[in-house]
Amino acid sequence: MDKFRMIFQFFQSNQESFMNGICGIMALASTQMYSAFDFNCPCLPHYNLAYGLGILLVPPFILFLLGFVLNNNISMLAEEWRRPQGQRGKDPAVLRYMFCSMAQRAMIAPAVWVSVTLLDGKSITCAFCTSVPVESLGNASHPRLSQGEIQQVLARIPCKEIYNGQQLIANEVAVRYLRCISQALGWCFVLLMTTLAFLVRSLRPCFSQAAFLKSRYWSHYIDIERKLFDETCAEHARSFAKVCIQQFFEGMSTDLVAARCHLPRKAPADAGETAEKLLGITDQGTMNMALKSWHRCKPPLHLHPPALPTGNGWAGEGQPPTHPSAPRRETAAYYSWV
Amino acid sequence: MDRFRMIFQYFQSNSESVMNGICGLLALASVKMYTSFDFSCPCLPQYNMAYGLGIMFVPPIILFLCGLILNRQSLVMLEEWRRPPGCRKKDLAVIRYMCSSIVQRAMVAPVVWIVVTLLDGKCLICAFSGSMDPNKFVGFANVSTVQVQQLLAKVPCKDDELMRNNTSRKAVSRYLRCWSQALGWSILLILIIAAFLARWLRPCFNQATLLQARHWSNYIDIEQKIFEETCCEHSRLFAHKCILHFFESMQQEIKLHSFSLPREGEGAKGEEDLWGITDQDQVNKLLKTWYYEKPPLDVSQAHQR
Repeated sequence: MDKFRMIFQFFQSNQESFMNGICGIMALASTQMYSAFDFNCPCLPHYNLAYGLGILLVPPFILFLLGFVLNNNISMLAEEWRRPQGQRGKDPAVLRYMFCSMAQRAMIAPAVWVSVTLLDGKSITCAFCTSVPVESLGNASHPRLSQGEIQQVLARIPCKEIYNGQQLIANEVAVRYLRCISQALGWCFVLLMTTLAFLVRSLRPCFSQAAFLKSRYWSHYIDIERKLFDETCAEHARSFAKVCIQQFFEGMSTDLVAARCHLPRKAPADAGETAEKLLGITDQGTMNMALKSWHRCKPPLHLHPPALPTGNGWAGEGQPPTHPSAPRRETAAYYSWV
Repeated sequence: MDRFRMIFQYFQSNSESVMNGICGLLALASVKMYTSFDFSCPCLPQYNMAYGLGIMFVPPIILFLCGLILNRQSLVMLEEWRRPPGCRKKDLAVIRYMCSSIVQRAMVAPVVWIVVTLLDGKCLICAFSGSMDPNKFVGFANVSTVQVQQLLAKVPCKDDELMRNNTSRKAVSRYLRCWSQALGWSILLILIIAAFLARWLRPCFNQATLLQARHWSNYIDIEQKIFEETCCEHSRLFAHKCILHFFESMQQEIKLHSFSLPREGEGAKGEEDLWGITDQDQVNKLLKTWYYEKPPLDVSQAHQR
């Protein structure tokens, strides 16, 4: 158990820093994704807005959901939320705490994407280039064009190579204007997010500090309990499997002896543990039969009581072969009402 | 207990250095943010000043708030400030000390941003090119008032078609950059002198009070960490006991329902780890009970069994 204790202590002390690490990695991944993404404005009147706003808003949504998916605690929250009450009451404050802390961490990568997109400016330039105020920014002497034609010309602002509206409004002027607006929005967004984070963090000790300590303790407890339970079940499964397989081999060996009707050669007294470990299977044919039997007819998940301890573990000393299926089924039936 | 002692010593010696490290990282991040930010002055009369001054002052506010958020001690200080007195009196000097040390550390990154911005000069050129007196510069002296505003506003944009070959543009740009850099260096000098004086003259005033405040602020910080560590340790032991009791209660239930004689002194290999659960149905029942009826959070019953 000492090994488990050390592992649990590592997880517990580092749980917060582990989750913060994942959070930071996702934020970096989101900046990397943005710089690797090849932004390609369509430069067509109705498609620009959809493309620009889509690139601004859809990846953050994906990153938010990804933040939840990558968080191990989501299944823990769902389990605690849906479990029947049983002998242990449910505390909604604990569930709220778990959900809030997960949502806060999942919000960071989307916020980084939106900030980087706004500060870069390409997305807003693409989306709103048709709304540039031509009257104030444009050249006074421009040919009279219909509204649709003006829209078409303005839509090409992000694509410098095909822009043909220098008489209407200079490309650099429009791009500078749109980028200025985009960057102002970006900085305001970052300021808003930071202020919200600051308020959330600093107002908590002023109200409900005791409730917070309680929720935090019990949410950690639920997490640790689940991990410990999984570890204990794994230990149990290991022991179960060990005994099951041992009994399989012993059963095999007994069957073989019964089939061949000859007394097994007693192992010499000084063969020791090696002979014991061979469990009566000492030639190729027997081993092949054991392997075939393991594949064709796995033993039932039902351990029978062990044979009385013999000196060298050989079951072939006049003991009746124990058939694993029969005796304990009755006891199983008693509480299978669940 | 030795393990705890080592951990305490680590936290004691490194609490200050952890905070200084975060402070330095934020300052580096602020320089990196400035260099990677694509400054693009709008070059329009009404927008220049707002953009230039906005870039100079809004990110420092963000960096200051980040400095407060990332500093663990700010939470500790707030908790100490808002807690009910209870059996322990509150010492305002300690809270003031913690507040001042937090604010000092949080101010480093914003100051770095402002100084870097001023030394680079682009922000000031963008913000104040429209406020220049056109008569001082040959290229703008004989232009009508309306047009001169437009022209001056375009000074920060070197590639604009009107400004490409304008020598007066370079003159205005150099003039504003000179002012900007002078301001930047002056601010840096004043701040460093202030920091130097503060550190040198501090021992002359209230050294004893300062030592006390520093000791107790460290103490509060460490006490908080140890409390969290102890809670974690406790919840782990609690969970361990709870699960053991659950498995034992399952074992007892199985013994009650089964007809087999109790096996005394079973020496079977690995059987003692199985808690008497030796059957697929028994395992399924255990798992189902774990979900449908989690045991109560009460491990005191162990002693009553």
